[in-house]
Amino acid sequence: MRIEARENVSLTLRTLAPVVAVAAAMAVCSVLLLWAGASPLEGWALMLKGALGSRFAITETLTRATPLVFTGLAAAVAFRAKLWNIGGEGQFYIGAVIATWLGAGSFEMPAYLMIPYLFLAGALGGGLLLLVPTLLKTRLQVDEVVTTLLLNFIVLLFVNWLVFGPWKDPMAMGWPQAAPVVDSAVLPQLFAKSRLHLGFVLALVCAMGTWWFMRSTVWGFEIRAVGASPRASRFAGMPVNAVIVRTALLSGGLAAMAGVSELCGVKGYLTLDLSPGFGYSGIVVAMLAALHPLGVVASSLFVAVIYIGADSMSRAINISNYIADVTTAVCLLAVLVSMFLAKYRIRWR
Amino acid sequence: MELLNFVLEAGFWVATIRMATPLIFGTLGELLCERAGVLNLGIEGIMAAGSMAGWTWVYMGGDLWTGVCFAAFIGGLIGLLHALLTVQLGLSQHVTGLGITMLASALSSFVFRMLLPKATTPPKIIPFKAFAIPYLSDLPHVGNVLFNQSALTYLAFALVVVVAYVLFRTPVGLAVRMTGENPMAVEAQGLSVFAIRTWAVVAGSALMAVGGAFLTMSAFDAFYIGMVNGRGWICIALVVFASWKPGKALLGCVLFAAFDAIQMRVQQQSGMAVPYQFYLMMPYVFSIMALIIMSRRAAYPRALLVPFRKGER
Amino acid sequence: MTHTVLKLQGITKTFGPVTANRDVTLELRHGEMLALLGENGAGKTTLMSILFGHYVADAGTVEVFGSVLPEGSPRAALNAGVGMVHQHFTLAGNMTVLENIMLGTEPLTAVRHDAASALRTLRALMDRFCLAVDPAAMVRDLSVGEQQRVEILKVLYRGARILILDEPTSVLTPQEADHLFATLRQLVGEGLSVIFITHKMREVMAASDRCAVLRHGELVFEAVTAETTAGELARAMVGSEIPKPRRPEPREGDEILCLQSVGVAGAGDKQRLRNCSLALKAHEILGIAGVSGNGQSQLADLLAGLVVPETGEIIIAGEGLERPTPAAMIARGVGRVPDDRTGTGLVADMTVEENLSTEVYRLPGFARRGVLNFKALASRAKQLIEAFDVRCPGIDTPVRKLSGGNMQKLILARILSNAPSIIVVNQPTWGLDVGATAYVHQQLLDAAKRGAGVVLISEDLDEIFHLSDRIQVMYQGALSEPLATREATREQVGLLMSGNHASGASRCTSGSNDAGAAA
Repeated sequence: MRIEARENVSLTLRTLAPVVAVAAAMAVCSVLLLWAGASPLEGWALMLKGALGSRFAITETLTRATPLVFTGLAAAVAFRAKLWNIGGEGQFYIGAVIATWLGAGSFEMPAYLMIPYLFLAGALGGGLLLLVPTLLKTRLQVDEVVTTLLLNFIVLLFVNWLVFGPWKDPMAMGWPQAAPVVDSAVLPQLFAKSRLHLGFVLALVCAMGTWWFMRSTVWGFEIRAVGASPRASRFAGMPVNAVIVRTALLSGGLAAMAGVSELCGVKGYLTLDLSPGFGYSGIVVAMLAALHPLGVVASSLFVAVIYIGADSMSRAINISNYIADVTTAVCLLAVLVSMFLAKYRIRWR
Repeated sequence: MELLNFVLEAGFWVATIRMATPLIFGTLGELLCERAGVLNLGIEGIMAAGSMAGWTWVYMGGDLWTGVCFAAFIGGLIGLLHALLTVQLGLSQHVTGLGITMLASALSSFVFRMLLPKATTPPKIIPFKAFAIPYLSDLPHVGNVLFNQSALTYLAFALVVVVAYVLFRTPVGLAVRMTGENPMAVEAQGLSVFAIRTWAVVAGSALMAVGGAFLTMSAFDAFYIGMVNGRGWICIALVVFASWKPGKALLGCVLFAAFDAIQMRVQQQSGMAVPYQFYLMMPYVFSIMALIIMSRRAAYPRALLVPFRKGER
Repeated sequence: MTHTVLKLQGITKTFGPVTANRDVTLELRHGEMLALLGENGAGKTTLMSILFGHYVADAGTVEVFGSVLPEGSPRAALNAGVGMVHQHFTLAGNMTVLENIMLGTEPLTAVRHDAASALRTLRALMDRFCLAVDPAAMVRDLSVGEQQRVEILKVLYRGARILILDEPTSVLTPQEADHLFATLRQLVGEGLSVIFITHKMREVMAASDRCAVLRHGELVFEAVTAETTAGELARAMVGSEIPKPRRPEPREGDEILCLQSVGVAGAGDKQRLRNCSLALKAHEILGIAGVSGNGQSQLADLLAGLVVPETGEIIIAGEGLERPTPAAMIARGVGRVPDDRTGTGLVADMTVEENLSTEVYRLPGFARRGVLNFKALASRAKQLIEAFDVRCPGIDTPVRKLSGGNMQKLILARILSNAPSIIVVNQPTWGLDVGATAYVHQQLLDAAKRGAGVVLISEDLDEIFHLSDRIQVMYQGALSEPLATREATREQVGLLMSGNHASGASRCTSGSNDAGAAA
């Protein structure tokens, strides 16, 4: 087997590659549907119908996509700088914790002040959380993959303590959850009779903003250069460590905004199951989008379709809804391979 | 003072050795991969898959030892996938590893749910029993601690010696270490970098899976979703702590488990003075601290994370 | 006595649009020393890599001792008795000499090393060929010359009958090179056959029995060395005449850069700098010669602002530099060309335009309130690729697709557009073909004519002698006294390169204010 670089990678090839990859991933996962005794075509159709089949289903899917846009952007920005932030889950919860701390009745403000305030404060918290492993990386060369991963567990235990301990809501009939946020902190719904909230609009704005930032600003240019080659960037006079720290603040902030949005937009109060792994799914979202901020919107919609669709599929046919996790993981690996095959050609001889 | 007495108790050390066992398997497995130049972030998922596979095998009527072999086989298979992607194709070891962990964890949960859809309380198997080695277990002090353990624990300790021997005393081990340092040197001496890396990852992943299987087949008797609970990531930190040496890896795992046992004990004694969640954070905090302590001294294999492409120019 | 031991038949190899070898047929006879000559990029290394199995040829066969080698298998080549000493050594620094040599010589299924018998065999070889190295030493602690010895021992240990050396003298002093050729002579005397790759005419004429010349991937000339001349070889190598860069008359300028007893800590593979002093004047090219690994890369990093001196002082235009950083160096008019073009000089995955912008994107005119002015950056990039004749499809081309020569032009365009007063170049023509080399040399000479001072760090003595006004030699992290080029000889510089020099260092004539006051 020989691997050769392709000379010119056409735009068609580059855009087609992820589509083919997703199709291949679906084909692979069809085996699991067959195992469950369902016909794959019927299964995938049920999934589509469950996610997009009605107005309500569509709003549910968009609601699910909202936090994924934020965590996807967080991963995309960090990975672009080769900062391996796998701590999206922890940053998500820090955002939610801060939103609860400030938004659950300690003071009142009108909504048009309260909501931006919570988002900013949450983002700051998430950024600072990621700053710890980032400084360990830039100062002491401690690998950030493991430290960000471990911090997820620590943050989750911290939240566990909060909702079982000091923040436990006495009105919640013994359930481990914190008091709900005040009305002015609740994100308004976009349509009647749906859970889709303002956070979705904010996520789209963030995606546009991130795209513009990465493409057109001095800081964005530096992030791209440092990610592509830290050595060459340093040689050219860029403040590499400062760039990485800025990236961390941005990435951690975006992930934390997912937590604020989910808390103030969907659930209303802090619990331990606020995130079904949004931080980790964000990595998949970012990779499916080839780290492009606008692509993140599309890929989070795709991942949301899988999750929402899998729920209704698992009700309709006898299959575990872990099929959604399996499918997204296979999609991630398939997209990695497809991006490789778009750049390289394999020859057998 | 009370703590000192506790640390001197045999029961403490028995527990420590037991808790160290899955870490030893995982750390040795990761060490093998990294010595060949491949970071295996799939470890967390591979341990989950191993714990599910071994347990299910026994639950379905297989015996314990073939269950361990089955877990190792599944681990090796997932390792093969990781190697195909990162070694043969040279994809990013970070992202691929995370993908492997997601896939393996999700598949374990999926398969478990499909096989046992109705289970509300997790069903149980009869796990490995402690096996006292005749005569040795009668030794004063150490006898009960070291020689009255589960058979898998003996296996873990034996594997430390085997891995150390293979790495430092055999031609294969030399080739693996050299591959982690400079793949071109290996290629120029007529060996296949691809084959060496692939097999190192497969073997390492099999070990990780056995570490996972220990959880369901010896430490506990049932499978829970999410039961690996970060142990894989801790193993990665322990490999750095051990400077990629099997002997130090053993030391690190035992030390780590001892701290874990102490924090559990302190947790029981202190009552509610400090919430238990903070004790549960300790293993993760210890791991981060281990990484910080070793940061200045860490001598990474030179070619770690660097894909090798034949005929690249 | 002169039967053929190795035959390359019709070898063709392409990398994408580049044809590295076209229908090359070459024979090596028993007991002969064949020089394979050609300029950089002529396809010598590719040809030898195909022979050794690193690459697979598109067409053609390799025949050793009468049997065809399977393609793409270094193992088969080794087993057939072919050994290769690569230009970039294939050694693992964190392993011992013995481990490096033993690797792959025992069956992988063996349950134990036999280090004792390996050591005996190795010692016998070392005695026989006078190639002494400590088998227990870590390779990273060896000098480059010793590492090459390990590479040769590795090949001999495997019982090779055919030895291929890729640019073996590029890391040696002239004296070490003589010693190497004496060793090779001895090997040939014992019945081995040797191919060595070079682009130095002198070595071909002095050491080889026969020579073959590659140009643009084709074998264009083959002759018995005694029957040809250096001039004939040079014409065969280059094809057409390349105009020699014109050297302006040396002019005296003010001192613009001065190092005063600078010491820098070593890092990793990098040699520490001890007490280095130099003084550079405007209009001057100061050559820094030395064998690879004697601290040149640390010196280049120091002048690039990448490392901070432990002791001593850097003085630029009479002012001491407090804390050197790359940005500070750029701000003071230091233009820097690193030796590693794709890894350090350029961001290979970014475009030509972006790479031309990396030193100016923050300046007013190119950015306003943190937002880039793409129009200004693009028009600047277009201007520069025009002015410096960078051949590329457009300013959006990723730099990794450019040839080495065009990459170097890109780096020169980037720094020269800032009109630097000091230029620091490290191995500026490494790996470039004759045309690109001449272009780079001309640019450096022109810059000096305009008034810049140039520090030229190079391991190529010809280049040093060709361009420099004065020469300093680097050995184990220390710099020699400067020699005026017109009074210096190759032998003299060669001796300095191997450490035989009187101690002492040059002094600044004018220094920073404090230094001036002290004097």
